[in-house]
Amino acid sequence: MAVKMTRMTLTGNQAVALAMKQINPDVVAAYPITPQTEVVQTFSEYVANGEVVTEFVTAESEHSAMSAAIGAAAAGARAMTATSSQGLALMWEMLYIASSYRLPIVMPVVNRALSGPINIHCDHSDAMGARDAGWIQLYSENPQEAYDNLIQAVRIAEDRRVLLPVMVCQDGFITSHGLENLEVLDDAVVREFLGEYRAAITLLDKDRPITMGPLALQDYYFEFKVQQAEAMRRAPEVIEEVGQAFGQLSSRQYGFFETYQLEDAEAAIVALGSTAGTARVAVDRLRRDGLKVGLLKLRVFRPFPATRLVEVLTGKAVVAVLDRAESLSGMGGPVFTEFRSAFYDLSSRPLFVNYIYGLGGRDIGLDEFHRVGSDLRKILAEGKPRQIISYLGARL
Amino acid sequence: MRMPAKVYNELAASSELPPAGVILDPGNAEQYQTGDWRSERPVWNAEACIHCLRCWVYCPEGAVRVENGRVTGIDYDHCKGCGICAHECPPKTQAIVMTRETGRSA
Repeated sequence: MAVKMTRMTLTGNQAVALAMKQINPDVVAAYPITPQTEVVQTFSEYVANGEVVTEFVTAESEHSAMSAAIGAAAAGARAMTATSSQGLALMWEMLYIASSYRLPIVMPVVNRALSGPINIHCDHSDAMGARDAGWIQLYSENPQEAYDNLIQAVRIAEDRRVLLPVMVCQDGFITSHGLENLEVLDDAVVREFLGEYRAAITLLDKDRPITMGPLALQDYYFEFKVQQAEAMRRAPEVIEEVGQAFGQLSSRQYGFFETYQLEDAEAAIVALGSTAGTARVAVDRLRRDGLKVGLLKLRVFRPFPATRLVEVLTGKAVVAVLDRAESLSGMGGPVFTEFRSAFYDLSSRPLFVNYIYGLGGRDIGLDEFHRVGSDLRKILAEGKPRQIISYLGARL
Repeated sequence: MRMPAKVYNELAASSELPPAGVILDPGNAEQYQTGDWRSERPVWNAEACIHCLRCWVYCPEGAVRVENGRVTGIDYDHCKGCGICAHECPPKTQAIVMTRETGRSA
């Protein structure tokens, strides 16, 4: 039975800050960076107004912000931070410490291109670069999803089967600074959904002294990495359970991905984040022109839900994967390579093509999707793509 | 802040390895046998030894065993096989010789 919700008009950043207020973490350590700034700025107002019990640490860098969050989480606190782009890059080594210590830190990431050239606008190169850091990654299409994902992320991270940190991504400026209507839960409902936090391990129990972060060399390091991998493999069942529980509460269901017009489609388009909104309109137009195309919007990138993706995409003739990051591997973007790999063991699989788009905030519109549509038509007619990896919307 | 007893007990009993390498027994570094790292093994010859104790003075790990001012052997649980003892042993004496380590520490 869905609970009462309040309709509000908020930017994606404000929505995330509001979710943080309702989560009411014990510690937030943060450093401002465009386009994340509004998240910590708004949250600091909640702190100043006494609306949260949070100890707010104004760190001198993102490396220190993540370090402080790690220290707080190790002490048994529910700890959060938030960042973007260069800030995430500066946190790099600490990201691995958070995940390997199995600390359930939750962090909104407002996606922004990495320098250089210096750029403040959206692409996914920051979070995609951190894809092997052992963090769960959820991608949000709009402020509503950023809000919903952040609340769910806390419960996913803290589940004893998981105990891994979670990044909740949304698109810099496009949704972080875009005002949208959304429905928010009551504080008490969020509090009840998350429950009181009891850390699995804490340094501050004087009766049971423990050591965290000891040296582990050739004899033990490997086993701890296997434990992390096992936790990541257990995460899908928890992500699913939490998504369903949140759905019962809010009537908004969450899984690993969302599909649109996909069932009878011959061709599929895959996208993450705000691009999915444009893609839905594009799918409608392309269908009107006779192309049987559908959309798959991926929400969970880490862990990569390969089995479930194979289930819904098997039987499609061609899949166009959109990547808002160039991994500079010479083999296409990070989402593309994961999709291809997921289908490798099948004897009959779709053709895959990759479109790298929107780097540094370059807009993607219906014209770009029109080009994808005509490529897909050609591939369906000719049985194979003329080009596998393309840059969509770049001057070449 | 206290860890819930149930969680602590679960962690302690769950497997050989508590997650994240957390050490639940205080002071258990004593049990860590760094001799596992050794690739060369010092072999001490009791008959050749003149008990000058140079090896004992120079050993960075305190792995030369001495009783009543006389060398009694090598602590292979902690000797890392650096070879300083063999190097410092007087050339005419050569009571310590490094040999290739073939297995785990004795």
